[in-house]
Amino acid sequence: MSFLPQLVFAVVLIAAIWRFSKKAVTIARNIHLGKAQSISDNPGARRANMLRVAFGQSKMQARPVAGVLHFIVYAAFLIINIEVVEIIVDGLFGTHRFFAPYLGSVYPIIIGFFEILAVLTVIAVVIFWWRRNVAKLDRFHKPEMKGWAFTDANNILYIEVALMFALLNMNAVESLLPGGHEAFIVSSSIASLWSGLPEGTLHLLERGFWWVHIVGILAFLNYLPYSKHFHIILAFPNTYYANLKSKGQFENNTAVMKEVALMMDPNADPFAAPAPDAAAPLERFGAKDATDLSWINLMNAYTCTECGRCTSECPANLTGKKLSPRKIMMDTRDRIEEIGQNIDANNGTFQEDGNSLLGHYITPEEIWACTSCNACVQACPVDIDPLNIIMKLRNYATMEESSAPSELNAMMTNVENNGAPWPFSQMDRANWTNE
Amino acid sequence: MSTIHVPTLAQMTAEGKAPEVLFWVGCAGSFDDRAKKITKAFAKILQHVGVSFAVLGTEEGCTGDPAKRAGNEFLFQMQAMMNIQVLNGYEVKHIVTTCPHCFNTLKNECPELGGNYTVEHHSQFLNGLLKAGRLKIEGGQFRGKKITFHDPCYLGRANGEYEAPRELLEKLDVELREMRRCKQNGLCCGAGGAQMFKEAEKGTAEINHVRADEALETQAEIVVAGCPFCNTMLTDGVKNREKEAEVQVLDLAEMIALAEEL
Repeated sequence: MSFLPQLVFAVVLIAAIWRFSKKAVTIARNIHLGKAQSISDNPGARRANMLRVAFGQSKMQARPVAGVLHFIVYAAFLIINIEVVEIIVDGLFGTHRFFAPYLGSVYPIIIGFFEILAVLTVIAVVIFWWRRNVAKLDRFHKPEMKGWAFTDANNILYIEVALMFALLNMNAVESLLPGGHEAFIVSSSIASLWSGLPEGTLHLLERGFWWVHIVGILAFLNYLPYSKHFHIILAFPNTYYANLKSKGQFENNTAVMKEVALMMDPNADPFAAPAPDAAAPLERFGAKDATDLSWINLMNAYTCTECGRCTSECPANLTGKKLSPRKIMMDTRDRIEEIGQNIDANNGTFQEDGNSLLGHYITPEEIWACTSCNACVQACPVDIDPLNIIMKLRNYATMEESSAPSELNAMMTNVENNGAPWPFSQMDRANWTNE
Repeated sequence: MSTIHVPTLAQMTAEGKAPEVLFWVGCAGSFDDRAKKITKAFAKILQHVGVSFAVLGTEEGCTGDPAKRAGNEFLFQMQAMMNIQVLNGYEVKHIVTTCPHCFNTLKNECPELGGNYTVEHHSQFLNGLLKAGRLKIEGGQFRGKKITFHDPCYLGRANGEYEAPRELLEKLDVELREMRRCKQNGLCCGAGGAQMFKEAEKGTAEINHVRADEALETQAEIVVAGCPFCNTMLTDGVKNREKEAEVQVLDLAEMIALAEEL
């Protein structure tokens, strides 16, 4: 009988970890539906970037209010989770505050510190909730933030408050029980809320809070893959694999490089038979669907936490255009999720569904509003690059569909014919020297 | 106004000479009436300092930046390869340009295609001359004037250069007033990504009008740009508020040329 809680705990723990792992593997599979892209350069610089941007949250601080509040919640999450180790040990072995005897007088200091972090987290989360729901900051209420995106954001805040509430009250109630550990710095001041209750009730409450706290954490873990909150995991690889080159350097398409080299080669035989490997399917120029993007683009999409800093800095969005870099990322994620579910529903092969990223999710009007100014890339606290996706969609629109806006086609014709975007003769290029 | 003598690289090579630097003029600098003034101002400074320079003249072609940003990778690479053939043929090592778009493409996107050069934006090149003691700038007519500097996206965010233009302006003894959004957070003028060549999508405002308003907010008498396209966009934005009589839009090179009465 006394083993029953331990057994239940073990089952819940294993089930939670198994279910989360399964979903995480699916997301990794979805990310690798994107094109291969090998990134093995500069491991040292990459680690430094990850430490600075993800671990150190350097880019979050561009907006100090959100930056500081987020740092509190983030630090509290990392540090309070140390206590989860003790909770898991207690749960599995039927112990109670396993580490307390070993740590002696240091234990109350450590747990007291956790409690202070818990209170700071609640304060930060309340401010976050107020910014989102009462102050209604503009970036949280763009068109793409309706429905699940909005619900999800608030869910995370509610779950975080509930977890902190359970942690603090668990400690508070325990201090009222005979033989229970004395209260810590914060719980000592809220213990009086529960005093006067019968011992049996207090005992139930203590266990109740303990279970709510740990089951809540495990439930939250399983909520992550369905939520923007998945960024707490992917922010790390995402910053590791981030672009370290100049933001202005757009990648040169290697398929085009081969074609151009052939065209510029005076010895190339235009009537030559195709090379033996020409049987391989022709690569599409640019991206029409999410699977035409690279795995980095797709990891970017799953990393996005929909904070909207990109969109609030975007010159096109600021002037009322439809383009929102955040929507580009959310659409990319939603489409690759849809493709992944399609594959799972059809025994591992994708059944054509008539949808595509460009056209059904992202409209041409959005991609053609971009000024390629890199403000979105600069603003992203986790080094997501929406511009890279926009440019790949433009590559497809222009090179495969010839659907660029007509003025741009005129500009490109000029470049082709006379080496300038305007219809001036190349022979007149140096005229300014005599004017 | 002194006259300028601008040799082409072909002429110099024929004379058995090699210039210190190639001045990449760019399409706007060659053909756009407003941008040509920037080109001339920069050429005058080079001549005044005694920098031996040449232009490609009719052998120069669009770097392909607007084509690439409009999605036409094919056209971009064709342009890039043609230019690289010319540049490599002359064994060009050092390029300076007054256009941040040409600067970015030549500096970042050409090496992979076989074009490896030291490429500088004119603000960087002039700053180098200043530090080497070759260029001396005095405040001249701009001393004490309230000015603001607009960071071109392809110089600033794209290539991390925020200080070279500001250090030059400092030498002019101006009162630099930064806009609310500047440096890493600078707002685009609206011309990049091939937007210069098309109508904007439907919206509630024009990007260049918003940016010009931010510049006007600083009470600056001169809005300084470092890009011929930004220059056009901001000039239009200033006109939108009918402030063109009070507020000038000038390039860095024009500021220096005017201050030195070249």
